[in-house]
Amino acid sequence: MSSETDHDLFADVDLGWEHRKNRIFLGIIFAASMFGVVMLALLLFDVATDLYVGLTEYNINLVDFLTRDGSRREELSGFRGAIVASIMLMVLVTFLAFFVGVGSAIYLEEYAPDNRITRLIEANLANLAGVPSIVYGLLGLAAFVNGVGMGPILLAGAIALGLLVMPIIIVSAQEALRAVPDGVRNGSLATGATQWQTIRNVVLPAAMPGIMTGTILALARAIGETAPLIMVGAIFINRMPRGPFDRFSAMPTQIYNWANEPSQHFIHLAATGIVVLLSFLFVMNLIAIYIRHRYETEI
Amino acid sequence: MSTDVTDGSGPGIRGDGAVGADNATDRRVRRLLFGCAVITVLTTLAIFFVLIDNAASYFFGAKLTEMLLGASVERTVKFTEFFTGTRWAPDHATPGHGVLPIVFGTLAITVGAAFVSIPIGTATAIYLSEYSSKGVRSKLKPTLEILAGIPTIVYGYFAIAFINPMIVAPIAETVFDINMGRYSLLSGMLVVGIMTIPMVSSISEDAMSAVPDDLRNGAYALGATKFDVSTRIVLPASISGVFASYILAVSRAIGETMAVTLAAGMQPQITANPFAEIMTMTAYMVKMARGTTAVGTVEYQSLFAVGLLLFVMTLSMNLLNDWFKRRFQEEYR
Repeated sequence: MSSETDHDLFADVDLGWEHRKNRIFLGIIFAASMFGVVMLALLLFDVATDLYVGLTEYNINLVDFLTRDGSRREELSGFRGAIVASIMLMVLVTFLAFFVGVGSAIYLEEYAPDNRITRLIEANLANLAGVPSIVYGLLGLAAFVNGVGMGPILLAGAIALGLLVMPIIIVSAQEALRAVPDGVRNGSLATGATQWQTIRNVVLPAAMPGIMTGTILALARAIGETAPLIMVGAIFINRMPRGPFDRFSAMPTQIYNWANEPSQHFIHLAATGIVVLLSFLFVMNLIAIYIRHRYETEI
Repeated sequence: MSTDVTDGSGPGIRGDGAVGADNATDRRVRRLLFGCAVITVLTTLAIFFVLIDNAASYFFGAKLTEMLLGASVERTVKFTEFFTGTRWAPDHATPGHGVLPIVFGTLAITVGAAFVSIPIGTATAIYLSEYSSKGVRSKLKPTLEILAGIPTIVYGYFAIAFINPMIVAPIAETVFDINMGRYSLLSGMLVVGIMTIPMVSSISEDAMSAVPDDLRNGAYALGATKFDVSTRIVLPASISGVFASYILAVSRAIGETMAVTLAAGMQPQITANPFAEIMTMTAYMVKMARGTTAVGTVEYQSLFAVGLLLFVMTLSMNLLNDWFKRRFQEEYR
């Protein structure tokens, strides 16, 4: 190839500009990628400094904060009732959503024939996952709080949250069941086991770590949900719930009420509450990661 | 429950029926599990029913169920007033029933958030899928997933305790000479935009990673630069997944509640001023639910009219998403 045709070939291409364009583009998308990270850092930094200022300037005592209930007076306010209510909600949500959710997943993955009803259920699941959480709150308010006359109690909140996380549990359980190889199933069936015996003794034990991981992550979603609890009528000032039929304010609803107060002291109480809530989320995620890694290789 | 063993339907290999009891158990379990799956369908039906039933009492003065039992129907709130009125105050002494101000609030937040999340999310997805090294990717991706896992109430706090007083208010004061309150439309847009970035970036990145390398290599062989390949090969080839992520982010922004309530406030108005306090549909629902709203009052019924409208908006977004995925799905096998 002569140098002359070489020159002709690239006559209309400014390679220097092409290089610069590439470098500028990389700079822009790298900066955009860092934007999310910077915002996350800012958010955590803001919560941390507000916690620090709360502890030093507003004399929030962490022990008092964790062992007192809410109060109209900011210096007496604590978080205990909200923490207990959130834990009770999680236990109830687990009971309500785990068995039904895993049951649905087993039906869809192991039993369901490929017909219109199955496709309807699957399409409906995808739709349910996109319903805003506040709408589940409206369902809880109209159907359970007022419909069956439960009143604005903890159980009604748990039902709303349970319905909210059910699609998440089902989808993650389906994935866990799908990951169990068919050879395992066929081996069991070949020995004469019925389908249910195969599921109970072979498939479920193999899928259980995945199902547990998915359920814990779904609960981590539920523990931070605020809107459904406000809709079913969470109270403004947390106190120890005496059981599932008592009125309640959970961690996120209490944080909302504090953050909405004009007083700076309450704002810093909200920051302290957020640290407690994020700690719960952190621990739940750690447990999920531990289970995933612990059992990953055994299937 | 019958114990006969003639049922032969269903997948998988079945026993020969010699162990009748086991097979009967199997069918009972199957029916029970089917019942579990049906609960999810019932949930959807219940949502529809509850919203329409209660919204009916807002418009017609009687619930659907009461109408069937013969309650008289009167037009309490006219559809024309609801959909075209510009004053929203159902709880006021002289009530206004125009839903437009709070629909404006929701749409303004959604559009503003999309201006943040779509460019940044798409750019992040291109970086992750086309440019980043394996090491950077394995750290950046989980970090962005943390952003998606933080509860919305924490974003609301971030808005009211940081973005509004530290970023938006100083800009309003120094640049535009506006004295701002605790809430602003702009901070709502920003905070919802930030929280929907991970949705756009992770779903778009999945779609971009699914584009086969043959397409990239073909372009490189023709002398394309990495910029050309990213924007003219990978992005168009993955456009269905990328658009799906946009629709999901928009749908999420419409239904977003706590962050916008704490960021943008509770003042229903149509305004072009980004530093003004506005009210979204979800914020109205929070306001009503926090008050002492008695069952049967117009305020209580209006909750469900607004809820139904919100549900229809997000549902149509989700259906659009489904249609889009089916219509424009690329198959690379």
